[in-house]
Amino acid sequence: MSTTLFVVQLLNGLQLGVLLFLIAAGLTLVFGVMDFINLAHGVQYMLGAYLAVTFYALTGNFAYTLLLALPAALLLGLFVEIAIFRHLYERDHLEQVLATFGIILFVNEGVKLVWGAAPLNIPVPELFSGSIQLMDGLLYPVWRLVVIGSGLLVAALLYVVVNHTRIGMRVRAGAVNAPMLSALGVDVRTLFTAVFGFGAMLAGFAGIMIAPILSVEPGMGDIVLILAFVVIVIGGIGSIRGAFIGALIVGLVDTLGRSFATDIFRLFLSASAARQVGPAFASMLIYLLMAAILFYRPAGLFPAKGR
Amino acid sequence: MRKWIASLSLGVAVVFAGQAASAQSVKVGVMLTLSGPAAVLGQHARDGFNLGLKHLGGKLGGLNAELVVVDDELKPDVGVQKVQALLERDKVDVVVGVIFSNVMMAIAKPVFDAQVPLVSPNAGPSPLAGKACSPWFFNTAWQNDQNHEAMGKHAQDAGYKKVVLIAPNYQAGKDSMAGFKRHFKGEIVDEIFNQVNQLDFSAEIARIASLKPDAVFAFEPGGMGVNFVKQYAQAGLAGKIPFLSAFTVDETTLPATQDAAVGMIAGAHWAPNLDNPVNKKFVADYEKEYGQVPSMYAAQGYDAAQLVDAAIKANGGKVNDKTALRDAFRKASFMSIQGKPFKLNNNGYPIYDVYSVKAVKRADGKFATEVVSTVFTEYKDAYSKDCPLQ
Repeated sequence: MSTTLFVVQLLNGLQLGVLLFLIAAGLTLVFGVMDFINLAHGVQYMLGAYLAVTFYALTGNFAYTLLLALPAALLLGLFVEIAIFRHLYERDHLEQVLATFGIILFVNEGVKLVWGAAPLNIPVPELFSGSIQLMDGLLYPVWRLVVIGSGLLVAALLYVVVNHTRIGMRVRAGAVNAPMLSALGVDVRTLFTAVFGFGAMLAGFAGIMIAPILSVEPGMGDIVLILAFVVIVIGGIGSIRGAFIGALIVGLVDTLGRSFATDIFRLFLSASAARQVGPAFASMLIYLLMAAILFYRPAGLFPAKGR
Repeated sequence: MRKWIASLSLGVAVVFAGQAASAQSVKVGVMLTLSGPAAVLGQHARDGFNLGLKHLGGKLGGLNAELVVVDDELKPDVGVQKVQALLERDKVDVVVGVIFSNVMMAIAKPVFDAQVPLVSPNAGPSPLAGKACSPWFFNTAWQNDQNHEAMGKHAQDAGYKKVVLIAPNYQAGKDSMAGFKRHFKGEIVDEIFNQVNQLDFSAEIARIASLKPDAVFAFEPGGMGVNFVKQYAQAGLAGKIPFLSAFTVDETTLPATQDAAVGMIAGAHWAPNLDNPVNKKFVADYEKEYGQVPSMYAAQGYDAAQLVDAAIKANGGKVNDKTALRDAFRKASFMSIQGKPFKLNNNGYPIYDVYSVKAVKRADGKFATEVVSTVFTEYKDAYSKDCPLQ
């Protein structure tokens, strides 16, 4: 285990963490501000990736694809909020889970009808298609660095918007006491719709950015959704800062666990036993971490104020 | 009143037509995985079967074929329910299915107990090839180990000394590595087990790069394979460390991986460019009909239709006597997509040649696999000797 390999794996973990943050940010806002469990959030991520495939086929240019797919993801988010989710805010969590789970099934099959069941992809944009030699024999694609950079940029933007603007203040106020905010003359319904649309767009953005790296296929959102929930539970529900830290922790722990668990077990187990135990332990690691954090900090690492 | 008479006479006509049809028709239950992430495999097998049926003029063994297509959803419990409906409600004469071995292990017993021939266009679990083999089971694809063994032999023949294996952490992944090792005598530098349905392989790829093996053998079916292949190429390892695979690089994943997979090697018993009249017709008509390059799953579905047809023909065009029909499967003779007379081993698995194939970009811009070399001639799986059938 060399130092360079460790640094490369740190970078890999950071990239997974940033991706998870983009998805978890919208989820934690919707959950925190509206007290609404949206299992269909992963669907927005998947649709973002599929929109990228479609617009890329039309334009052949990633910049145009991004410009077209982002508003489309926003519109889709607004559409489902107005058509479906709006009617579920007053219901209890179980009914929200059932309804949004139904949407997952519906959209996954719908995607298969429109785009087919076979995995799709788009190429890495020309400008960023190169790679950097990080260690002997391993190139690190520039696009992954772009994903990391854009995720960090979104995190910084979100921080400024939520903490230092009037809109952000209203969002925070809505999370603490929505009826009081409404009494002060703020249209809470519209605010919620905007928050929801924005969260959907963020998830769509994650889908668009990751489409050149991962296969675009039905159900691709379901896997990240579980991780995103782990992230917001660790970070504290409703907290953007918590989602950011939680995402980085999950990304790093998961990646480093996968990389080095087998080696660590090999120190005190036979090679074949280590190969059995290592991967099994690595896949449990983030859930063990979540259990431990919930034991000591039941509200997560950075609970949103007023909850 | 007139309307009433009209509908009555229509009803009578339908009843008679139904009887007339049942006298000279064969009912085939087709059960495949047609929804969920793995649906594309089932769709290819279904399309291949349908094309085979079309080439046979919509008839199997001279009888009008009636298909009941159902989706097992890749769930063994759903598979059992639906296969019982096929057997008891639809009273099918033959069951064609399934894609996945876990579903196969669940449905095999109900089908065998009902004494209905079961033709697998894909799943080839080892128990059904060995001790638990059945005279009612026929396969037009492979025993599950075959393509992994072919890659182990390929690595051995190519003189690779150090190989890294990677597969998902579940039973099929472990079987895959065991299959590879059966014919490979060199050093296995590491066996990497990733999570099932893993998206990002950057950690595993960095590890492979640091180990510097002579070759990598990967078993990453479906979307996992697309992700792994793309990321492997993006990390600059494609072309540097030879990439051997099974069920990872084929025509179901090539549309997504495209250039990233070109040059990668896979084990298979079929490729679109196999040069024989049966295969040429199959590939040309499939591309015309469905607008995509067929995969081996489609080819296996096509052979399944041919096998059912030939078996009914060998039985004199009758399906009433199930035991006679079952025994006719062994007498069935037709030209398989390998361009050779189709042969069954004692355990009901086919005796095919096995090739190593390579992903290429064809002149028309589509991606497909091409045969590189023949790894096994007339391959018989390792379990057939445990099968008591003769």
